[in-house]
Amino acid sequence: MNKNKINNCFHCGLPIPESASYSVVINNQSEPMCCRGCQAVAQAIVDNGLSAFYEQRTAISPKASEQIPDVLKQMELYDRADLQESFVEINEDAVREASLMLEGIVCSACVWLNEKHVNALPGVIEFYINYSTQRARLKWDDSQIHLSSILKAISEIGYIAHPYNPDHQEQIHRQERQRSLRRLFVAGIGMMQVMTYAVALYAGAYQNMEHTTKILFWWVSLLIATPVVLYAAQPFFISAWRDLKSRHLGMDVPVSLAIGGAFLASVWATLTQQGEVYFDSVSMFTFFLLTGRFLEMSARQRAGQAAEELMRLLPAFALRKVGNSEEMVPVSDLVVGDCVLIKPGDIVPVDGVVIDGSSSVDESLLTGESKPLRRVTGDMLVGGSLNVESPLLMNVEKVGEETVHASIVRLLDRAQTEKPEIARIADRVAGWFVAVLLVIATVVAWWWWKHAPEDAFWIVLATLVVTCPCALSLATPAAIAAATSTLTQLGVLTTRGHALETLSHVDQIIFDKTGTLTEGELHLEQVKVLHDTDEKNCLTIAGALEAWSEHPIAKVLSKNNSFQAASVTATAGKGVEGLVGNKLYRIGNYEFVAGFCAGRSEPEQDNTSNTLVYLGDEQNMLAVFVLSDSIRQGAQLALQAIRKLGIDVHLLSGDEIKTVTAVAQKLDIIHYKAGFLPEDKLSYMQGLQAKGHVVAMVGDGVNDAPVLAGAQVSLAMGGGTRLAHASADMILLSEKLQNLPESIHMAKRTLGIIRQNLTWAVLYNAIAIPLAVSGFIAPWMAALGMSASSLLVVLNALRLKKL
Amino acid sequence: MSVLYLIIPIVILLVALAIWLFMWAVKSGQFEDMEGPAHRILLDDDLKSDDDKKQKPPE
Repeated sequence: MNKNKINNCFHCGLPIPESASYSVVINNQSEPMCCRGCQAVAQAIVDNGLSAFYEQRTAISPKASEQIPDVLKQMELYDRADLQESFVEINEDAVREASLMLEGIVCSACVWLNEKHVNALPGVIEFYINYSTQRARLKWDDSQIHLSSILKAISEIGYIAHPYNPDHQEQIHRQERQRSLRRLFVAGIGMMQVMTYAVALYAGAYQNMEHTTKILFWWVSLLIATPVVLYAAQPFFISAWRDLKSRHLGMDVPVSLAIGGAFLASVWATLTQQGEVYFDSVSMFTFFLLTGRFLEMSARQRAGQAAEELMRLLPAFALRKVGNSEEMVPVSDLVVGDCVLIKPGDIVPVDGVVIDGSSSVDESLLTGESKPLRRVTGDMLVGGSLNVESPLLMNVEKVGEETVHASIVRLLDRAQTEKPEIARIADRVAGWFVAVLLVIATVVAWWWWKHAPEDAFWIVLATLVVTCPCALSLATPAAIAAATSTLTQLGVLTTRGHALETLSHVDQIIFDKTGTLTEGELHLEQVKVLHDTDEKNCLTIAGALEAWSEHPIAKVLSKNNSFQAASVTATAGKGVEGLVGNKLYRIGNYEFVAGFCAGRSEPEQDNTSNTLVYLGDEQNMLAVFVLSDSIRQGAQLALQAIRKLGIDVHLLSGDEIKTVTAVAQKLDIIHYKAGFLPEDKLSYMQGLQAKGHVVAMVGDGVNDAPVLAGAQVSLAMGGGTRLAHASADMILLSEKLQNLPESIHMAKRTLGIIRQNLTWAVLYNAIAIPLAVSGFIAPWMAALGMSASSLLVVLNALRLKKL
Repeated sequence: MSVLYLIIPIVILLVALAIWLFMWAVKSGQFEDMEGPAHRILLDDDLKSDDDKKQKPPE
């Protein structure tokens, strides 16, 4: 079952330190555990009779951290009535409801485990996890169990739950989705029904169907098509009306005109029992258009659950220091001038200045800087960054809307409303087309009214139907829907309709570095042995020492921790000192280690982006570990393919110049800039746009979000933050950069198909309109022509389903 | 063709029923989570018997 069972933790799959002797009996077999945290979690799972979780899971669980009393105490704060106000619904009696966000869910077995465990608690009425969003709905009886006990129960089995406020946006999304589903279904069922009668009517036309039967079928079709037009097609009418009021002719105007016109004509035909009916065309047309819009909406919503995710970057509580005592308060209660204690591993709640302590702080989520930065007394701290090493005392300077964090959100909002022009061009062209069409129809009506008033109505109708922009308005959405579904199979999710169209015009691509072109994590690249020892030995010593440090660099080296170090002291920002096998060692930066070895060697020369970690004992420097953020697999090939398409590649990063240069050189990127803040990236991109370029942005972090939103078309990496997803037009779920040139290629093909479709639609109209205008086309021929041209357009679009 | 006068109303009733059923399904949240039930049904079947064979804690 588990290949590495002997050496790796049964719960989290990480290697087990040799000195560790933790184990849990699972399914009558003693399984090894790497730490007390994993042991406790596994034990809790077994004790609750849920051990089958281990048989069913398809992904390894995240490492469980030991339960820290502080965190548990913090959970109790969620029981406070004033805090619950914002996220708990109180029903009758003591029944309460809340929404939870769950961390640590990796596969379906996790969902099962959580549901089983929580539902078994006395007092829990209902606990249901939505598989796709990983949010849970919790209903409990407050007289029997408190919210904090439920949260604790979840953390017992190794997951973390945060209550959150399902904001207004989410409810609107839900309603929107439900409404569209209802409309889609009504249109679908209506279409199928009306089609049955339509087939009978078409056949009947050749087999001399009785007049009464024909009229009966007309009436039945009318009955079924009425809800389709009045209910399902409502959004088109509403948006057409909105367009007209703002004196702008969008695609919805001709669509409504076609649906409304054809329907009214059919009703008229039914009432007067003469002419032709088009109920089938109307329903089919409505259904196809609604399907396209529904798919687009679902993809957009899936990507856009960002608002609360970003807020979750900030903790709900902070430790405020008043005099000599500390108290836990909600972050919203903090005011300027408060003194806040930030423990290692905690997230800085608001912006402020360090007044005591020194530590390294990870700002990667906000600035993209991949390595933690030193922060000492007097330095600024940005809310949302993570304190890595030692406690910091901070004086609060900015809260709420004034923080950097809040300003990134605002920047994003602004950029999102400034979406590119290109998306609107198609609409404008359609506007012209419609205007011309309406003029023609009016002229035709006027002319025939004067010359042959008895035929006027049918000829005008035939003109309207034959010129119905069905093919025209399906041309683009059908092709885009087909291409989108093909790309989704490739692992590229398109969340906005215009993305493909714009992507095919792109001539400049901007890449972010960390997490986009690189993996975003440090890896051990090389071990240079400086003294008479071997690589393996050095790694073992390093692993033993670094196991004690929380620093991200340490995490890379502590993977080989088969030895245990003793009397370890960590010096923030410098390194770690400790005993391994009765010998004293130091590991850390050059100065730290050199200040300890008797026989020092010169610092290694390295002008690349690599991070160097030194290891030494009291006599000699033993080794240098070269760590680097390795470049994503396939990046080179992907960039080559992109250049072959005639697209310029740019690299913008918040990192230091050395790092960026190294990556740019490796990947042959000519245009690169380092030390860029989100604002700089945005203005760099706007500079390119001002020169008339169409720019695509590929990024992954919160710091990229404003740029992603401002680019004409943007792509986020699948492993990126939710916020980046929300502001991107496409998401590379597969994380394969090679999919990028493929997507561009696909976009170009899609545009080709769209052009073919439009040409066909225009050609068809150009032939049909003169004939219809001169009265050569009977309404039934018009209907047939309309359906055939729409069908052709759809079939042509389906060619995109093949790669 | 008089059978049509019987069949058509029946069909329309069926359609109305289908629409009503669907509306209920949408309203009661059947379409909220499209992936969960597929996994849940498999897990529940396989794991049900597990509740009664509780394990002993070690040492």
